[in-house]
Amino acid sequence: MRLEVEITGKTFKSAAGGTHEVLAPLKFALQSGEVGVLIGPSGCGKSTMLRIILGLDDDFGGHVARPPEARIGMVFQEPRLLPWRSVEQNVRLAAPDVTEAKLSELFRFLELDAHRNHFPGELSLGLARRVALARAFAVEPDLLVLDEPLASLDDALAGRLRDEIATLVASRPMMTLLVTHSLDDAIRLGDRLFFLSPRPARIVQDVPIAIPRAMRSEADLGRIRAELAALQLESK
Amino acid sequence: MLRLLSFALFLVIWWIAALFVGGAKLPSPPAVLEVMIAEASSGALFLHLGATLARVILAFVLAMSLGSAIGYLMGRVRLADKLGDPWLILLLNLPALVVIVLAYIWAGLTEAAAIAAIAINKLPTAVVTLREGTRALDRSLDEMASVFAMPRWRAFRHVVLPQLAPYIAASARSGLSLVWKIVLVAELLGRPNGVGFEIGVAFQLFDTPRLLAYSLTFAAVVFVIETLLVQPFEARATRWRPRAA
Repeated sequence: MRLEVEITGKTFKSAAGGTHEVLAPLKFALQSGEVGVLIGPSGCGKSTMLRIILGLDDDFGGHVARPPEARIGMVFQEPRLLPWRSVEQNVRLAAPDVTEAKLSELFRFLELDAHRNHFPGELSLGLARRVALARAFAVEPDLLVLDEPLASLDDALAGRLRDEIATLVASRPMMTLLVTHSLDDAIRLGDRLFFLSPRPARIVQDVPIAIPRAMRSEADLGRIRAELAALQLESK
Repeated sequence: MLRLLSFALFLVIWWIAALFVGGAKLPSPPAVLEVMIAEASSGALFLHLGATLARVILAFVLAMSLGSAIGYLMGRVRLADKLGDPWLILLLNLPALVVIVLAYIWAGLTEAAAIAAIAINKLPTAVVTLREGTRALDRSLDEMASVFAMPRWRAFRHVVLPQLAPYIAASARSGLSLVWKIVLVAELLGRPNGVGFEIGVAFQLFDTPRLLAYSLTFAAVVFVIETLLVQPFEARATRWRPRAA
């Protein structure tokens, strides 16, 4: 399976009547088993791009090719759980075909066992994010989209959740698209990094990381970080 | 307990007022109770109560289901809102009496005319409430449902309906009181039975105890419906919300 994104432009009409260019022409593709990371300053148009890729916005120039049968799992920045349904119901409603075994495994792994019957209003943000992750993985997605899954969590919690995401992503061959503004998260979780410019967003750097995700040592990560810093300087 | 106390206070005020005003204008609680018992034992009370209740239920169900559907449509579809809005304003401001009289003139003094006229009176307020509820729907949850490819019906039931439930409950509550006020007018003007008809008779005879006996019994019925049906529905629909202090 393959995701091909070719956007020739996206403009936005403001309430005052002016038109704003949100996305400049940009193009990239993702293979099954590959994790693409979109990194860019906040407000650069990442969310707009995600909405286009997910099929929520079809008012743009260009096209997005994604296999029509591809199941999508999405982790929104705000968890977007149904407040009037329990944790378990939230997951089951999005993934009606999930088996009890798979669900138990996900809940155990994400430490949600004790919260199955809780309502989302009773959960902390960290737990709600985990529920959103469980929901996205319960559908056994072909395309997984993670929109800033670690934003507004403290470092320790973010680190743990990042490791859990890494394990879950490795457990299934799928196309994964991660949006983040943290370089550290990007080089730990990603296979290819797409650096975006400020608005209107275009891809300024497309950096593949050769070492497989699971094999990267702290030394490797340090080297990658240094290489990226050099690249960033060059491009300026 | 507090509710009971509040009800007792009402009885006390009534009784004291009756002592001052005199039995002809405002009979005391026992006098009204006496008439209630007499009417109940002859069976007339239940006959009229039943007739009125049946009309209330039919008109209420008709107005609520039609009004909710129209309100949802107007909240979702801009064209429907634009087309429907002038009608809505007209219906909202049309006096109940005009609708009832016109219905009787056009369709005769029939049951269908009465129920349709009552339903038409309730319809626009249900539309307005549900339209407001639909406009307040959380689009981000719609997007979530669409990304996860939830089938339409499942998304409606689990994503949309729980958000509309408080609006439906509010509309049902105000609707119940509105419908039962209007149903009496319709019965007074053109029906041979029901609480409204009995009140018409009592009016002609200046029979205040009878008037109060019928209207209070029916108010009690509405109170029971509210406590046993509307409030539990509301409590269930909002059980996920944190409790108010």
